[in-house]
Amino acid sequence: MDNIVSLKNIVVEFEDGDQILKNISLDIKDKEFVTFLGPSGCGKTTTLRIIAGFLEPTSGDVLFEGQRINDVPPHKRNVNTVFQRYALFPHLNVYENIAFGLRVKKLPEKEILHRVGEMLEMVNLKGFEKRTVNRLSGGQQQRVAIARALVNHPKVLLLDEPLGALDLKLRKEMQVELRKIQQALELTFVYVTHDQEEALTMSDTVVVMNNGVIQQIGSPIDIYNEPVNAFVADFIGESNIVNGCMPRDCLVEFTGRQFECVDKGFDPDETVDVVIRPEDVKIIPAENAKLTGIVESVVFKGVHYEMVVDGVDHKWIIHSTKAEPVGAMIGMTFDPYDIHIMKKVQEG
Amino acid sequence: MKRLGKIYFALILMFLYVPIFVLIVFSFNETKSRSVFSGFTLEWYAKLFQNRIIIHSLVNTIIIATLASIISTVLGTLAAIGINSMRKVPKAAVMNITNMPIINPEIVTGVSLMLLFVFFAARMNFEFGFVTLLIAHITFDVPYVILNIMPKFKQMDPNLFEAAQDLGCSPMQAFRKVILPEIMPGVISGFLMAFTYSLDDFVISYFTSGSTSQTLPITIYSMTRRKISPEINALSTIIFIVVLVILVVKNFVENRAAKNNSFKGERA
Amino acid sequence: MKKLKVFSAPYLVWMIVFIVVPLLMVAYYAFTTDSGAFTIKNISNVGQYANIFVRSIWLALVATVICLVLAYPVAYLLSRMEKHKQGTMLLIVMLPMWMNFLLRTYAWMTLLGNNGVINHILGFVGLGPYKLINTSGAVVLGMVYNYLPFMILPLYSVMEKIDKSVIEAASDLGCSSGGVMLRVIVPLSLPGITSGITMVFVPAISTFIISRMLGGGSNLLIGDLIEMQFLGNAYNPQLGAAISLVLMVIILVIMTVMNQFSPDDQVLI
Repeated sequence: MDNIVSLKNIVVEFEDGDQILKNISLDIKDKEFVTFLGPSGCGKTTTLRIIAGFLEPTSGDVLFEGQRINDVPPHKRNVNTVFQRYALFPHLNVYENIAFGLRVKKLPEKEILHRVGEMLEMVNLKGFEKRTVNRLSGGQQQRVAIARALVNHPKVLLLDEPLGALDLKLRKEMQVELRKIQQALELTFVYVTHDQEEALTMSDTVVVMNNGVIQQIGSPIDIYNEPVNAFVADFIGESNIVNGCMPRDCLVEFTGRQFECVDKGFDPDETVDVVIRPEDVKIIPAENAKLTGIVESVVFKGVHYEMVVDGVDHKWIIHSTKAEPVGAMIGMTFDPYDIHIMKKVQEG
Repeated sequence: MKRLGKIYFALILMFLYVPIFVLIVFSFNETKSRSVFSGFTLEWYAKLFQNRIIIHSLVNTIIIATLASIISTVLGTLAAIGINSMRKVPKAAVMNITNMPIINPEIVTGVSLMLLFVFFAARMNFEFGFVTLLIAHITFDVPYVILNIMPKFKQMDPNLFEAAQDLGCSPMQAFRKVILPEIMPGVISGFLMAFTYSLDDFVISYFTSGSTSQTLPITIYSMTRRKISPEINALSTIIFIVVLVILVVKNFVENRAAKNNSFKGERA
Repeated sequence: MKKLKVFSAPYLVWMIVFIVVPLLMVAYYAFTTDSGAFTIKNISNVGQYANIFVRSIWLALVATVICLVLAYPVAYLLSRMEKHKQGTMLLIVMLPMWMNFLLRTYAWMTLLGNNGVINHILGFVGLGPYKLINTSGAVVLGMVYNYLPFMILPLYSVMEKIDKSVIEAASDLGCSSGGVMLRVIVPLSLPGITSGITMVFVPAISTFIISRMLGGGSNLLIGDLIEMQFLGNAYNPQLGAAISLVLMVIILVIMTVMNQFSPDDQVLI
């Protein structure tokens, strides 16, 4: 698998000196489903626009199949974009919207008919050819936008929060649909979202970003299980994050108690972030527990109960299939490999 | 490309402004020449302010514009409220007729009103003058008031009127407390539009004014028909500066309002 | 809210008396003689002035086309400026329009006159003097100068609404900047083009001030003709009404044609 898109030391700076991207480097492999994940304003859409060619980086190189393409205008790049609010052409009907790119290339009418037909079939919009796009539902508009981009056979499809405007059920359906299309066509998808669940379900690789900096690149499983810092841990799923320190390798101290862990390589007594997933907190009888707390609230979440437990110095979130009564004193413990130790994130 | 755009934009602005600046420059010219600037003087301004005809027609214009815009705002606001509650077909018919004075060439509106006034002047023994002028101005002002208000009804929540009554308002109270504040921005912009159109109108006034009641544009017209007079240049300069000041202030106020709004929006 | 209908009564009366009746009177005068008998002579007499009609339509058409060509890039540049600059720049473009149009036309009399500023400047470099004023070119120039903002405004207000991402989508799908213009911006600004054309053409074809001030006696337009029948020496309101009626029909035809080019779901502003 070769790299199809590479970003090398990309910096984007606005006129007033605000840095939107601070030295981003990244390789995207061919046929890969890559997701940029992060809160709004983190620079994920900016990164996508650099690949599409709508934005020129202040410094750094954009490579496409090994060639530098910084100066190549968007219309000459072999990538297509699905826009956030679709950006369908209001003056054209469904058929003409999808045919747009092919008409620009001046393909013969017969081939256009064939390829647009293929796309309409793929996105389940047969029979909608003559509709004006304003009369379509959000989900249908979305599909036209995808078909309009894919009909050009781009090597890379860029998707900018394409499902953001859809309701939950439709969004879930489209997630599966998109993944299917990507695998069937063997295309590279670069996907932007702020929804961590969406990122985890669909991607081969997740790129977590914050404040114009890449925080972590990895498979969904890696990102979830081995977040590199407290930001990633917090952003990907719920977490208990407490301050701690490392007296020695494989021993961590937090909320005044010491626990065994599996992490090594920190300076003696280095202060760290300790991250523990709510489902990894085990409830044990209070008598023989190092750490105790009083149950403050219990909420039924469908598969599990979510409890907030007031312990020493920290309110713990616990997911468990069994509920404890509110006001009860319970004990908590953790397996050593469920305790994730992270270096403190450098400020700025 | 970007530079080309800027150059083009500058050329268009030059085309728009150079004639006006030439007018202004020659308003300070010592002689009546329209091509050679021979020396600075304020004589034409002094003459302008002593010109009784100009001052008289300026006052007349302001009176007409004020009266016409107030009357047409009242008439138009009531009309818009009524039209809004009409059924589809009569509503469309009334709106189509209301649009006529806007779509029709001004000269046709002017001529048609003149024919009406001539017809009645002959039979009811009155003369062209202040009254005919005022009627004509109201007639072309009202459509602008109505067109400014109608969209406000479209933007308004259709249940507002009922909600107010549900909460204990009589229909009259509901109207005063709920509907009127909602359409107020349209009423104000309609009034301002009517006022400026009245100040500026020449063609329709020309056909409906007669000789006793002249407006400023008509006086300007007769001045341009007669001998060259730099008083026109002086008048142009004053009008340009007044317009400039009004628009700059308006722009400034609007920008500040927009900033305040976005600030409130951020906090909310 | 049905009871509120009565509020419109005063206006309805006003509308009938001062909009509907006067227009009916134009039609009535157009089809009657001095003594009130029915005739089509007035209408057929309009035919004598065919050359003036042709000239008016031609000059208005030329002025409209020039306005469109000049205004289109202005409106586009305006609509693509940063949002906070747009308001101020639009103000600067529209400001001359707030001067009374008699004064704006008078300004060109000063510039174009035989002893005017332009001939004077040309004289310095040994050219001219040229006959600039009292030509049909001067009339067209006056129309373009006076009505250019009427073209810029509707064009700008549709272009400003074109979503930036739609333009990006077009270039993403392979359009060069020319292609974006042709395939996306022009079709989407069509309603602005048609309303701009009507807003320039209607006053241009019916003006009598511009032709009188800049065209001299040799460039009579329909407007002059009408004015002469009502306030001039040729007093003949029947003929004037007939000419007005024909003018209205011409404009009606042109507006209907223009509306054909405007897509149904995009309403004229």
